[in-house]
Amino acid sequence: MSTTTSDMVTLLLGVGGILLFASSVGYVLQRKLSPDGSNGAIENLNARIKAWWAMVFLIAIAFIAGRVGVLLLFAFCSFAALREFITLINTRRADHWAIAAAFFLALPINYYLLWAEEYGIYAIFIPVYAFLLMPIIAVLRGDTQNFLLRISEVQWALMICVFCASHVPALLTLQIPGYEGRNVLLIAFLVIVVQSSDVLQYVWGKLFGRTKIAPKLSPSKTVEGFVGGVASATLLGASLWWITPFTPLQAGVMSLIITLMGFFGGLVMSAIKRDRGVKDWGHLIEGHGGLIDRLDSVVFSAPIFFHLTRYWWSLT
Amino acid sequence: MIRDFLARLASVAIMMFARALTAARALWHETGLPPRQSVYFANHSSHGDFILIWAVLPPWLRQRARPVASAEYWLKSKLTSFIGGDVFNAVLIERDPAARTSDPVEQMAAALDEGASLIVFPEGTRNQTEARLLPFKSGLYHLARKRPDVALVPVWINNLNRVMPKGEFVPIPLICTINFGEPLKVEPDESKEDFIARAQGALLSLAPTQTDNDA
Repeated sequence: MSTTTSDMVTLLLGVGGILLFASSVGYVLQRKLSPDGSNGAIENLNARIKAWWAMVFLIAIAFIAGRVGVLLLFAFCSFAALREFITLINTRRADHWAIAAAFFLALPINYYLLWAEEYGIYAIFIPVYAFLLMPIIAVLRGDTQNFLLRISEVQWALMICVFCASHVPALLTLQIPGYEGRNVLLIAFLVIVVQSSDVLQYVWGKLFGRTKIAPKLSPSKTVEGFVGGVASATLLGASLWWITPFTPLQAGVMSLIITLMGFFGGLVMSAIKRDRGVKDWGHLIEGHGGLIDRLDSVVFSAPIFFHLTRYWWSLT
Repeated sequence: MIRDFLARLASVAIMMFARALTAARALWHETGLPPRQSVYFANHSSHGDFILIWAVLPPWLRQRARPVASAEYWLKSKLTSFIGGDVFNAVLIERDPAARTSDPVEQMAAALDEGASLIVFPEGTRNQTEARLLPFKSGLYHLARKRPDVALVPVWINNLNRVMPKGEFVPIPLICTINFGEPLKVEPDESKEDFIARAQGALLSLAPTQTDNDA
């Protein structure tokens, strides 16, 4: 067994152990506080834990399937996220072709370029080519009402749901000396740090949360949850240095950046939800809401993590 | 045999495609699932409307649900008559009162007598206007009078008109919800106008508020 595989098995056993612990706590809480299923918070907690099992299972399968598996998983995530996003924005009949092009051209091409490892064109395909071509497609229909608003929203949807989200599998294209063949562990590192930060903020907030941090944006987020969650997720990230090309200190700094980007990304996405008058982005994941509700922090941290790693560690 | 098998295959494929495109999700009324035999009446803005209702029904309700559709449209070609007839087992009615040879209400009542549920669009045609709902035709009332024991279930289909607006042939993926309301029946002494108004009101009450969806 290669060290990559054995490290992956160790990680999976660790995550499995944590989920097993969470499921037992959830079971005890449910027995004690909500035997008839009437306590909403406990039922939601258990639905979330169950969904976590499913998500970890899916990611594990994608990792086993290798590069193509990871790319397909994230291409699907982009598709589902884009579908949630476009559902909520202002579109008019005249945007039909631009939106169809976003789904059926921009998204597949973006992921194809990653598969083909064409980093140079991948990095500008959506920010430049889609950015310029989509308003051209839209303008040909001659409908000027809210034009700037409409094209901006579609572009934003593409940037967030496709371009930024695809920076997670883009980690596979980095060439880091001494780290060959282990890139998939960088994805594991990023996902574990971001998601544990979300979960730990939730746990710290539920246990000690007093002071609301952004009452207008996200009434459930608290200062205590933020500080406790970010600090503990950073420590967790630092302790995972052995799966990364980083030293423990570097891994800690990276984790801090990841968690901060994740937190503020969550705030941005929640501001959009508030503006659109919805609580969740959708209903894809039981207990969590839509896919974007789970992906928001990943989307904001992945590109920054990717570029920091690329700039300082990668040859490409 | 082969035709049956193909029809089965086509129905699964159509359902998977509809779900992949729209992540269709049913919201049931608080009183639970609709009765085993129902007449589902819905707003009509797209050719895919009945497919979505059909796709979100649980299998035991879906099996017996037959869309009521225009013979002129579905008998146009071999393919459409295969989809309308073999796949969805539609009750095909002739829309033009002057030219028709059979009474649509009789046809629908006969299908109910065989145990089927029906999916109907009382607006009579696809709504291409800015109005949320076109005035109902009277067919629903006459059917309700003829078979007063069958539950009439209002169903609001949200967003499908954005998936494939009229004149487009590439659908775009958007999340659609299908909102099932409380079953209603015609009152013994209710006039046609009162019943139609009540049925329209019941359907409209399931639509999301205008501000949610002002696009």
